[in-house]
Amino acid sequence: MTFSPQLEARFAKLLKSYPEGRQRAAMVPMLLYAQDEVGHISEELIEEVAERVGVTALQVNEVLSYYSMLHRKPLGKYHVQICTNISCLLHDGDKLWEHACKKLGVGHKEATGDGQISIEEVECIGACSWAPAIQVNYDFHHFVTPEKLDQLLDSLRKKP
Amino acid sequence: MLYNEPSPLETRVLTRRFGLPNSASLDTYLATEGYQGFLKAAGMKPEEIIEEVKISNLRGRGGAGFPAGMKWSFVPRTSPKPKYIVVNADESEPGTCKDRVLIENDPHQLIEGVLIAGLAVGAHAGYIYVRGEYRYLIEIMDQAIAEAYANGWLGKNIRGTGFDFDLYTHTGAGAYECGEESALLESLEGKRGIPRIRPPFPAVVGAFQCPTVLNNVETFCAAPAILRDGGAAFAALGVPRAGGTKMICLTGHVNKPGVYELRMGFPVKQMIEEVGGGIRNGRKLKAFIPGGSSCPVLTAEECEGLTMDYDAMAARKTMLGSGGVIVMDEDTCMVKAAMRIMRFYAHESCGWCIPCREGTTWLRKILVRFHESGGTRGDIDLVGDIARNMLGRTFCPLGDAAAMPTISIVEKFRSEFEEHLSGRPCPYESASHMVTV
Repeated sequence: MTFSPQLEARFAKLLKSYPEGRQRAAMVPMLLYAQDEVGHISEELIEEVAERVGVTALQVNEVLSYYSMLHRKPLGKYHVQICTNISCLLHDGDKLWEHACKKLGVGHKEATGDGQISIEEVECIGACSWAPAIQVNYDFHHFVTPEKLDQLLDSLRKKP
Repeated sequence: MLYNEPSPLETRVLTRRFGLPNSASLDTYLATEGYQGFLKAAGMKPEEIIEEVKISNLRGRGGAGFPAGMKWSFVPRTSPKPKYIVVNADESEPGTCKDRVLIENDPHQLIEGVLIAGLAVGAHAGYIYVRGEYRYLIEIMDQAIAEAYANGWLGKNIRGTGFDFDLYTHTGAGAYECGEESALLESLEGKRGIPRIRPPFPAVVGAFQCPTVLNNVETFCAAPAILRDGGAAFAALGVPRAGGTKMICLTGHVNKPGVYELRMGFPVKQMIEEVGGGIRNGRKLKAFIPGGSSCPVLTAEECEGLTMDYDAMAARKTMLGSGGVIVMDEDTCMVKAAMRIMRFYAHESCGWCIPCREGTTWLRKILVRFHESGGTRGDIDLVGDIARNMLGRTFCPLGDAAAMPTISIVEKFRSEFEEHLSGRPCPYESASHMVTV
């Protein structure tokens, strides 16, 4: 597979970050960084990462199924992650989640028909003091209200 | 950047640079006594550094509260194997968001803390394990690391001290369990985050099977001040068996939620009323979780005269934990809270050991059913019974983390479970506070 020069540079740096013979340590970071570029963890990507860190594709499969951020299927271009864990729940994070499902007509880890937006009900994302919080891809949004969520989803629908 | 206004009641040691222009830059760091603790430590013997940390009464800030100096002293310095420093920045305990601000606003403080630990145990490499969701922190940390290398604060012969140290960031990819130290080490090695059997502890067999110091971000961030100003000065800020300050994440129904640095032993009532601006809409306190969702829940009465420190919390049979304070007002449904907390632990159980995997799943099913459509009287006892049977019987502390809040909620708020027995919808669901601020 070919990746962007930036990602290749990141891979090269990762592979040098761990002790000699311990290059499989780079596997999870490589998968996550590659997913950001490729969109999801494809069979081809699994083979590629397996080869680069010196393990079998089966071993990569075994590891990646453990981590909730690694996705075998493509999600939306903008992945909206809504926290409903306790601190967000106390600020109606669960209502935000229901609101997003209804507005987009999709459910947990599903994308809109055009592939633009997907949503996921997530566990604590570490924004508890600024609840309710959501993440769009890696960007945090704090003190989210239903109105703010509406505006955000509307803007994401049109965003290139 | 800061996401909430600071409070005048804070004691700012770890957060002393917060709010300064370019607080994350090396220039700002050096202009404000940055790396002075490291330079002092570089002139000391390893055992003297560890002694200073012991004097400071610094206890692990990730949740367990184990004395940091003692943990460092367990590393066999004479071992021929390389030693590693591993920073736990996998912050994922519900209610906790403090490591995020420490890294974002002052990454060099963390680098300096790691270097001090490196000197203390003879380590020459370290890893900062950052949860996958905190991608922007990896960028901030990588930039600070690059800046440190460029100016001789990392790499070979650091500032002429003869000490070599390499530091790397490592991203997780979504797993609460990886905050548990042995699961984190498995994950760091490119495996599923399944906890290891202990002993051996990480101090002896840790990262890549080598002796390892593994601490929370906040613990390492305290080290520069301890070395710079002396362990005694740090100890004096706190209470007899716990020195310094604690980063407190005020969450839930307070008027001014936020992350605040408070001296160890700060009164709970004052924290809620004055730092947090009191409870929203003038309501009364119903329940209080001191340090993340795995801590046993306290009632309002139990908060009387309580202070934020390890021993005071232990005396009330709960924990200071991570400092993730969760404040619940009188209109909170405790059955719903128990249900949501259990949904989390069932989701995050790694599945390795049966009491945790099955216990959390059964409890989730019962509590979800209970909250949605009312359970049976027998279910109330069953919930407590299953949770008590998990305690101490799981491979790692995740099982206890799931059981402890559940047991305390069932015991202390039993009447709320009984209110759900009627089969009517949750009596709290339509309460007026369910309006987003």
